[in-house]
Amino acid sequence: MQEIQSLMGGFAVAMSWFNLALMLAGVSLGVLIGVLPGLGGANGVAILLPLTFTMSQQPGGATSAIILLSCIYWGALFGGAITSILFNIPGEPWSVATTFDGYPLAQKGRAGAALTAAFTSSFIGALVAVILITFISPIIARFALRFGPPEFFSVYLLTFSAFVGMAKGAPFKTIAAMMTGFALAAVGIDTVTGQLRLTFEIPALLKGFDFLIAVIGLFGIGEILLTIEEGLEFKGAKAKLNMRVVLETWKELPRYWKTSIRSSAVGCLMGIVPGGATPASFMSYGLAKRMSRDGEEFGTGKVEGVVAPETAAHAAGTSALLPMLTLGVPGSPTAAVLLGGLLIWGLQPGPLLFVEKADFVWGLIASMYLGNIVGLIVVLTCVPLFASILRIPFAIIAPVILVICAIGAYTVHNSMFDVWLMLVFGVLGYVFKKLDYPMAPLVLALVLGDRAEDSFRQSMLGSQGDMGIFFANPLVGTITSAALLLLFWPLISRAIAIARGRNGRGG
Amino acid sequence: MTRRTTAKTLLAAVVATAFSAFTPAFAWEPTKTVEFIVPAGTGGGADQMARLVQSIIAKHNLMKQNMVVVNKGGGAGAEGFLEVKGAKGDPHKIIITLSNLFTTPMATGVPFNWKDLTPVRMLALDQFVLWVNKENPAKTAKEYIELVKKAGDGKMKMGGTGSKQEDQIITVALQKQTGAKFTYIPYKGGGEVATQLVGKHVDSSVNNPIEAVAQWRAGNLRPLCVFDNERMPYKNKVAGDMSWNDIPTCKEAGVDTDYVMLRGIFMAGGVSPDQVKYYVDLLEKVRQTPEWKKFMEDGAFNQTAITGKEYADWVAKAEKLHEGLMQEAGFMAKK
Repeated sequence: MQEIQSLMGGFAVAMSWFNLALMLAGVSLGVLIGVLPGLGGANGVAILLPLTFTMSQQPGGATSAIILLSCIYWGALFGGAITSILFNIPGEPWSVATTFDGYPLAQKGRAGAALTAAFTSSFIGALVAVILITFISPIIARFALRFGPPEFFSVYLLTFSAFVGMAKGAPFKTIAAMMTGFALAAVGIDTVTGQLRLTFEIPALLKGFDFLIAVIGLFGIGEILLTIEEGLEFKGAKAKLNMRVVLETWKELPRYWKTSIRSSAVGCLMGIVPGGATPASFMSYGLAKRMSRDGEEFGTGKVEGVVAPETAAHAAGTSALLPMLTLGVPGSPTAAVLLGGLLIWGLQPGPLLFVEKADFVWGLIASMYLGNIVGLIVVLTCVPLFASILRIPFAIIAPVILVICAIGAYTVHNSMFDVWLMLVFGVLGYVFKKLDYPMAPLVLALVLGDRAEDSFRQSMLGSQGDMGIFFANPLVGTITSAALLLLFWPLISRAIAIARGRNGRGG
Repeated sequence: MTRRTTAKTLLAAVVATAFSAFTPAFAWEPTKTVEFIVPAGTGGGADQMARLVQSIIAKHNLMKQNMVVVNKGGGAGAEGFLEVKGAKGDPHKIIITLSNLFTTPMATGVPFNWKDLTPVRMLALDQFVLWVNKENPAKTAKEYIELVKKAGDGKMKMGGTGSKQEDQIITVALQKQTGAKFTYIPYKGGGEVATQLVGKHVDSSVNNPIEAVAQWRAGNLRPLCVFDNERMPYKNKVAGDMSWNDIPTCKEAGVDTDYVMLRGIFMAGGVSPDQVKYYVDLLEKVRQTPEWKKFMEDGAFNQTAITGKEYADWVAKAEKLHEGLMQEAGFMAKK
């Protein structure tokens, strides 16, 4: 129980008034950053990094500095859900899956319930991940080392497979959308050959299509266009505006315990590996849809459909800090910036950090507990405030959203071209909706396409073209088999149904 | 003590006033926020250095205007270089370089060249070290190369950052020098490569010191040689009883290959000598701070730092060197 002792020491470090104030400031700032699409946790932390430089020179200052920065990160994780639910605009990549059920809930007038569910499950996911970090971090760190290119590819394959059966529409429309996503993901530099692809010598295309620009356009702008067409008002304006909604939602949440456990597990695994919060949220949503009793109704506004991605995203986002601390490999873009911060402060992330800078590490871990509690309190008390935004007349809020989206798109790369691109994606999103093409597969392929491609080609380089590498050891073999099983599950389940003599269309 | 400090400050103030009264005609100073462009993503080596410079300037009040770090890493850095190329005459943009200053235009054919920019100064040179897993039986570079040869062409895997960039160039140079053949596997970042080496998914790497030092200290990796013509000067114990200085050069180890990476600063073309001088002096002040010196030692950098014509000549020579290496490796873009 040495961990408990160390953790208590950590709380002693983190509990000072100064650090608590930093947590509050960090979380509030993070929520704001998460709300603004495009700014993002990584940018937010990077901008504030120089401020912490002076702070880190004082004794114990490095701990305060990382508390401030990591709390911005927690805040951004919480905040990403807000615009997803209210306006169908994911503030962060990992909140895309939250829009699938969160936005329909808001349209039904249950924005408060959706927000509460999102925040609470975020908190639970983070808590599970922190407990994991506290007690079994050395084991986990060793586990992460077993992931080479084939293992990564099998994890991405699993994400795609878990998601593929989701779309309700025509399968060919799903495939068309997904292939468009892969094509967009291929634009720009190719890691494996170092060559430019599909850039047509246009400088603006050099950096490829950023996922955030596509998402802001497809979801945010597309939704505004639709709303304009359908009459200038929000459907969710009747949202309840008191704190009772929090308690009522809490009564409902224990029903989804299975989803919470599954999503936490998926999230922790993806954070540690490090696959990241975005695949975790998609995978967890896909699995919940497959396994839940109400799976068929996912996408129409189920609270469970908010619980699944949010729990996983937060669990992954939190556990992503573990490979950063123990291996020096960031599990997310924000963790990458934090890693840079550690080096600038003169700390060396890696296996010895836990031994040499125990104060710092345990202070950080303790701040994860406290920061998330502070974060939960901050966002929950603001639920009525956030929900009341929907009462502002559409004619006022729509231009504001447009401007915020444009600023967000610009901030991603400081490029005006991206703002135009966002508008193009907006029109595309509108057309997709009208023609009933699903957008989720496109987004998923755009965010994971190049990573999946890289790890596949790295595997092929290593095995010199032998596909057997995806079954070469029990770990990768299991993940690949699970992925294939999930991919073909609709066919398999139909076969089972036929074998039982029932109507094959049931599953 | 206090009185003397006051007197000194007073004197400094008088001198400063005197100068400011006469100098506007000569000394240039930024009149708005300076953009510090990093032609790579957040979190990498160039980004860390840029953000450290920004922090030091802010902490010591070395500049009246603000400095912001902007990442423009698209197209292997082409995005950043094209922006500075397009900002002809703009003195409020500086850019930090990696070897992609040379390799990106050669490998991709994107039209830019260091001659489109104005060289300001070299900040340091980044070293490369040949690393293997601690369980690798090879204790020296020579033994390792023998192992690679014995295993057969392409059987041993060299992990590195990016494709047709510095890590792969070193690998090709090493192959040419020794006759051993690796399979080169490109990853997105240096930290990832170090971890993959610890997990034995690759057999060796040519990580920068700072990317692999944590795993070395934890006893997971073993350095075989440094790709420079002199040993690294740092004699403080880093891992066990080894210091950076104890790592032999690759030449000493019998696999004569050397390569260092430029960490230098450039401005847009068409800026005035006064403007260049301002940044040369500013960065000199940065180099004198204890924070910078500590960073140099932590990352075991080669602290060569030259300016002016000497620097431009160095860059021209480095370009020639890269051209030769890229051509031999068949990495040049097809025209």
